[in-house]
Amino acid sequence: MSTPVLDVRGLAYAYPDGHQALFGVNLHVHAGERVALLGPNGAGKTTLVLHLNGILAPGAGTVAVSGLPVEKKNLQEIRRRVGIVFQDPDDQLFSATVRDDVAFGPRNLGLRGEALDRRVADALEQVGMNEYADRPPHHLSFGQRRRVAVATVLAMEPEILVLDEPSSNLDPASRRELAEILTALDVTVLMVTHDLPYALELCPRSVVLSDGVIVADGATTDVLTDADLMRAHRLELPFAFDPRAVPLSRGF
Amino acid sequence: MAGEHGHKLHFHGHSPVHRAPAHLKLLALLGFMLVVVATPGSWYPAFAGYLALLVGVIAVSRVPWGYLLPRMVVEVPFVVFAVLMPFIATGPQTEFLGLTVSQHGLTAGTALLMKGTLGVLASLTLAATTEPHALLAGLTRLRLPHQLVQIMAFMIRYLDVVTDEMRRMRIARESRGFRARSVRQWPVLASSASALFIRSYERGERVHLAMLARGYDPQAEVR
Repeated sequence: MSTPVLDVRGLAYAYPDGHQALFGVNLHVHAGERVALLGPNGAGKTTLVLHLNGILAPGAGTVAVSGLPVEKKNLQEIRRRVGIVFQDPDDQLFSATVRDDVAFGPRNLGLRGEALDRRVADALEQVGMNEYADRPPHHLSFGQRRRVAVATVLAMEPEILVLDEPSSNLDPASRRELAEILTALDVTVLMVTHDLPYALELCPRSVVLSDGVIVADGATTDVLTDADLMRAHRLELPFAFDPRAVPLSRGF
Repeated sequence: MAGEHGHKLHFHGHSPVHRAPAHLKLLALLGFMLVVVATPGSWYPAFAGYLALLVGVIAVSRVPWGYLLPRMVVEVPFVVFAVLMPFIATGPQTEFLGLTVSQHGLTAGTALLMKGTLGVLASLTLAATTEPHALLAGLTRLRLPHQLVQIMAFMIRYLDVVTDEMRRMRIARESRGFRARSVRQWPVLASSASALFIRSYERGERVHLAMLARGYDPQAEVR
């Protein structure tokens, strides 16, 4: 197979206070895939995500993005390739206008003038927020802020979009709108979530991280219908939700 | 959430005062304040002149007095201090409205009151006629160090988030039957404040992380 977009090998990490969060994680994501990263609270999902763009440096093991190792000298290019959308949009949106926020990433990449404006307009177009470009982000609704947060990362034209709990705190309509936006994007996606129906809807493949190791990797339907696996790793489907009764994932 | 336009102190309008470049308004305010502060406290006609000038600017800006005056309550602590001065200052005594007060205290108090009122009114006029982000752009044009402008930009951006968080914490406290009635309840308020501080600090770290994730390089000049 071709070079994976995301190639994590034997990744282990302990926090400075001695708490070991990851114990040798192996994960490969190929171009065009949409993968859900599932796991209970405290499984190390966020720690893993922060390794993907070099915010944290591995204690052991390696991470490579499209063949480029995550190392200090490559950080700028790695952060262009890996776009992380954080859980709280207020952490991500800090400018006076939506436009400035979306321009922040590409500006850091050295874009200026018309090329920058085009990037910003394209990214906002993709999330359907073009008409809000001149509004201050803190006056938007939560769902709109989440979409702008996605645009701030899309503006960097990443090779892989990493979303941390994209559906959290969204009302059902915003949740559906975000799902439509994500399925329409032509980009590889890694989605960290507790929202199992959302994972089933958007991601054909799921990976389960528990206690710092990958314990399952397969088709989302298979993972969610494996009752023993689910119980062993504190994963629970919502009441009366049956993955077998759901049609195939969106766009497939 | 605040209203449509930027900030609680801003009054939306299209007057010449609103349209004037922010950096010129900042310089004008600074110059005006320096002159006001440097004027000896007993030159009453000069202060009348300053006030007339300011009233003229406000009239042109068409910001209603009903909007500016209530916001002048920020001056209250100074007013209290100024009113106390004639009574607590020492030196030669004099008669004023049937009261025996200190003469130095009276002049100093009057001067403080006049200068303070002019300062507050002028600042409020600037705030009412200039959007916060225009002020920041003005400060950048005045060559204020980039880091300082950024710190102010973050303050403006997160002011609403933090006050909203503070409001939610207050509601959560009161929902559990808490009322800040006496000094004995201050420890609760103090621990709320420290929790808010820690949360804001952690948010600062998360914001920084999100900036790094989008390739922010603190060493490089952004503009």
